[in-house]
Amino acid sequence: MSEAPVLELSGISKSFGSVHALRGADFTLHPGEVHALLGENGAGKSTLMHIAYGMIRPDSGEIRIGGRRVVLRSPREAMALGLGMVHQHFTSIEALTVRENIALAVGKGSETPGRWATGGVTGRLMEGLEPGARVERLSVALRQRLEIVKALAIGARILLLDEPSAVLAPSEVEELLALVREFVAAGGSAALITHKLPEVLIAADRVTVLRQGGVTLSAPVAGQTEKSLAEAMIGAARRNFPAPPVVPRGAPGTAPPVTRLSEVPIYAGELIGVAAVEGNGQRELLGAIAAGQGVSGSVSFVPEDRTTEGLVPALSITENMVLGLSEDPRWARGVRLDWNAARARTGELLASFGIRAAGPDAPAATLSGGNQQKVVLARALERRPVVLVAENPTRGLDIQATLEVHQRLRAAAAEGVAVIVYSTDLDEVLELGRRVVVVHAGRVSEAPRGADRRVVGEMMLGVRRGQR
Amino acid sequence: MSDGGAILTGFLAAAVRISTPLLLAATGEMINERAGVINLGVEGAMLAGALASAIGAAAGGPWLGVVAAVLAGVAMAGLFSAAAIGARTDQIITGTAVTLLAVGLTGAIYRRAFGSGGPGLSLPTMGAVPIPGLRAIPVIGPALFEQPALTYVGWVLVPIAWWFLFRSWWGLALRATGESAEAARASGVPVRRVQTLATLGGGALAGLAGATLVLAQVGTFAEKMTAGRGFIAIAIVVLGRWHPVGVLLAALFFGGANALQYAFQAMGLSVPYQLFLVMPYALALLALAGAVGRARAPAGLGR
Amino acid sequence: MSKLLGRPLVVGALALAAGFLVLALGLGLAGYDPALSLGALWRGAFGSWYALSSATLVRAVPLIVLGLGVALAFRAGALNIGAEGQFYAGAIAATWVGVHAVGWPAPVAVGAVWVAATVAGVVWIGVPVLLKLRFGVLEVISTLLLNFVAEAAVSYAVTGPLQEARRVYPESDPIAEAARLPLLHDSRLHAGLGVALLLAVALWLLFTRTAWGFRLRAVGLGPRAAEVSGRIPVKRVIAGALLWSGAFAGLGGGIEISGVTYRLFQNLSPGYGFTAIAVALLARLNPLGVIATGLLFGALEAGAQGMQREAGVPAVAVSVAEAVIILVILLAEVLARRATERSVAGLAAEEAA
Repeated sequence: MSEAPVLELSGISKSFGSVHALRGADFTLHPGEVHALLGENGAGKSTLMHIAYGMIRPDSGEIRIGGRRVVLRSPREAMALGLGMVHQHFTSIEALTVRENIALAVGKGSETPGRWATGGVTGRLMEGLEPGARVERLSVALRQRLEIVKALAIGARILLLDEPSAVLAPSEVEELLALVREFVAAGGSAALITHKLPEVLIAADRVTVLRQGGVTLSAPVAGQTEKSLAEAMIGAARRNFPAPPVVPRGAPGTAPPVTRLSEVPIYAGELIGVAAVEGNGQRELLGAIAAGQGVSGSVSFVPEDRTTEGLVPALSITENMVLGLSEDPRWARGVRLDWNAARARTGELLASFGIRAAGPDAPAATLSGGNQQKVVLARALERRPVVLVAENPTRGLDIQATLEVHQRLRAAAAEGVAVIVYSTDLDEVLELGRRVVVVHAGRVSEAPRGADRRVVGEMMLGVRRGQR
Repeated sequence: MSDGGAILTGFLAAAVRISTPLLLAATGEMINERAGVINLGVEGAMLAGALASAIGAAAGGPWLGVVAAVLAGVAMAGLFSAAAIGARTDQIITGTAVTLLAVGLTGAIYRRAFGSGGPGLSLPTMGAVPIPGLRAIPVIGPALFEQPALTYVGWVLVPIAWWFLFRSWWGLALRATGESAEAARASGVPVRRVQTLATLGGGALAGLAGATLVLAQVGTFAEKMTAGRGFIAIAIVVLGRWHPVGVLLAALFFGGANALQYAFQAMGLSVPYQLFLVMPYALALLALAGAVGRARAPAGLGR
Repeated sequence: MSKLLGRPLVVGALALAAGFLVLALGLGLAGYDPALSLGALWRGAFGSWYALSSATLVRAVPLIVLGLGVALAFRAGALNIGAEGQFYAGAIAATWVGVHAVGWPAPVAVGAVWVAATVAGVVWIGVPVLLKLRFGVLEVISTLLLNFVAEAAVSYAVTGPLQEARRVYPESDPIAEAARLPLLHDSRLHAGLGVALLLAVALWLLFTRTAWGFRLRAVGLGPRAAEVSGRIPVKRVIAGALLWSGAFAGLGGGIEISGVTYRLFQNLSPGYGFTAIAVALLARLNPLGVIATGLLFGALEAGAQGMQREAGVPAVAVSVAEAVIILVILLAEVLARRATERSVAGLAAEEAA
């Protein structure tokens, strides 16, 4: 580590409104190292990397790249200085080919008569990436690889990877981390944003831990343990939240199952976690249950996309309640709708769910993501469902909102609802699900009780067979 | 030459002549739709171009008319893009408003300048420019290669548009913008500028289409003379699957369908003329029904 | 500023002011006397009892009815740009029934004319609805194209099957006396105004008080959420809204025939179907607002005729003002939306942090 750092962020602060996202955070990346940036959701790690990449301007603090102090006004300026970012949301265009996407990223200079080069990127990275193939035909893992290829094609020597493992199965994560190590071995540097401890221990040389916008640890990975990292990451914060209530559980099997996920029976009062790699038919299976197929009784659905599928942002909270409960006799009087009754009930729900809003007439658009999700949940439970299906119910939420949503789901199960949660975050599935069900290539199997992420991960890829 | 040959030549010549303004307008609209912008103001830009070309031609000859038409088309597209791209207003309604504006503006200016009711103005139309050699091909030679210069402009634009869209980086940037503005922006494409320029280009071609109508076909201006050709051009873009060659074929198909009435007249068949009046629109509807779904529109169109 | 832009009245006044400003500027540039012209516009619209009742209000009737139809479709997010064509379809059917209604009792004759017109409007928009459901054709383009087909159909009707008995003029015979609406004393104002007002109030009640109206709005504002979370058959709601929209526009054509012209001819509509878009948008798709904006645009169109008579200004110039009004409303809506988005973005940023 004697060489000068390639990227140095010092004393970075950034506030959004009244929230201090970063308070004087430091981050130093040396040549030839993988530096993990670890923290809970909402700890400020993405904000810090977005500042390094010129997407957000800091309120105060210094950025040095290659030893020179810089002020970044746009990602393009960061790119010109050798930075490349792999975003959580892919930036490739589905209707274009691999080659076209690379050419687009490389920019105007890339024209050669008749065809575009692949930016000089070759070898293992390009394996499976047919230049003429349209991106829409690529798997998630290949699409992510394309993101890295694009960054390298524009000459990035510093890679910023924003939670790259969130959408991958465990073995795909390993492959990705191996590629990152290869890049670093060839002289590059990488910052790896993550909230997963094992990844840090496997792949990183150094680790910086952020908590509530400040650095709580910055040290070589050697000598760290999952426990020490977890302490730095969570600290005393966890104690602020009540532990989830222990749910008394009746033995399943005494009553008939309320529904089946393919062949797997699901009983009242259960919390089922569903794990699957994107595009394995899990959404279709869950969609069928959400539509009420194979369930006698009402089903509620918590869609993943709050603002386009869950709520109509332009409508008020009351109207959004009625949207999902239009046949509720409390306000549906023949063809007439009794808005006063609906408004009154909405007010009660706002209070009992602790939803922060200006009132039942406030447009849903004015709520924060966490409060929006609580509206969706309140509405879903108001149906008194037999089965509740939720897809990625905590995506994009901060830690407190996530915990509250988890608590609500557990409480619903405790009251006898069969709760089925699908999450792309395997850790969330394992944390929430009393039983874990894996969907691979449209086939459903149940993970053995107490299976860890390695076992479930292998099932997700079809390497290991589950029960049933 | 046999009678049948003469009729065929006449039919083809008419088909090409009728298709030219459609080809020009549709090529322009295709470019801005590829950038994700659907501009219903193309009808208005065409109408403005038609009037501008008449005024320009009356003042300084046909080529001044062409320049004036292009400028008028760009001005209409500029108004559209200021609202729809600059301020991100709804593209459909903005385009409708721009067309409404053009109808009022051209009507008022025309009446002010040339009086109402009267015979209006009569302009010399642009003569045919025969292409030596090619015109000698039997039947199709005189049909395809004794056309006004603006027809050839339309044809030359087809390979140019193809090269631009599929072989140049800016064309790639434009297609990327139309598929996903966000992703294009992440790749450093100046999305708004691309969309604005594409729309202005579309407006220029729509203006040129209006000039073609006045200077190469009718020889005068009349209120609302474009009669929905701009909207038909939008249907042609769909039928042509957002591809320059497809658009050329679709425009020729429309021209051919319209030219049938001349062929029928030449053959002495009598059909109510309203049937021919209706044909382009009915055909456009049928074409849309057949074409939509088989080709994919740019994913970001209209957003 | 952004708060003000959220208020329909402020936006409407702003848009109107902008429209008139552009009109006045244009008139000045074109060498007309803006004061004289705008004065003539005012007199043409409100200058006398006759101007108010027989020009402004008579023109307001179709604008209100068509504006309601447009608002209905727009509420569901379906852009019916073809009210002009549906109006003509209604007018053709109304004339066809009306000329045959000789000797019928008046209520029956009028009823039959209106039913025929309404059905014709539904049939006319049925084509775009079918194309949308079956093939996914954008209703914007298909309704637009059918406007031209409708105009050709009128041209065919008045030179063919519906041409007047002497076969000289391109117009139909007048409809039977029984099918004509009663007029207000000493004016050309007909009972259609009452129908238009009733329809507006009925639609307002439907929009605000019923599940049907709520579903329409939900589908228009958030089709995905309406489908996923509201379990609303979105396609069916949109198709229904379009069909109703066509019914209103068709009926508008029927009222025009039975109340104003009594006969069919080309250019019967001075672009009512397009002006109706401005009427609906300026009213923020609120049926009661449509009454006000319909009256306003009726006055504008009536005034335009006055302007042409008195000051020699081509009446079409008014559509420039209409276009400007639409554009200003669109801009104001975007600015207001952006203001909300900004406050929401602030919240989102807090969460992302």
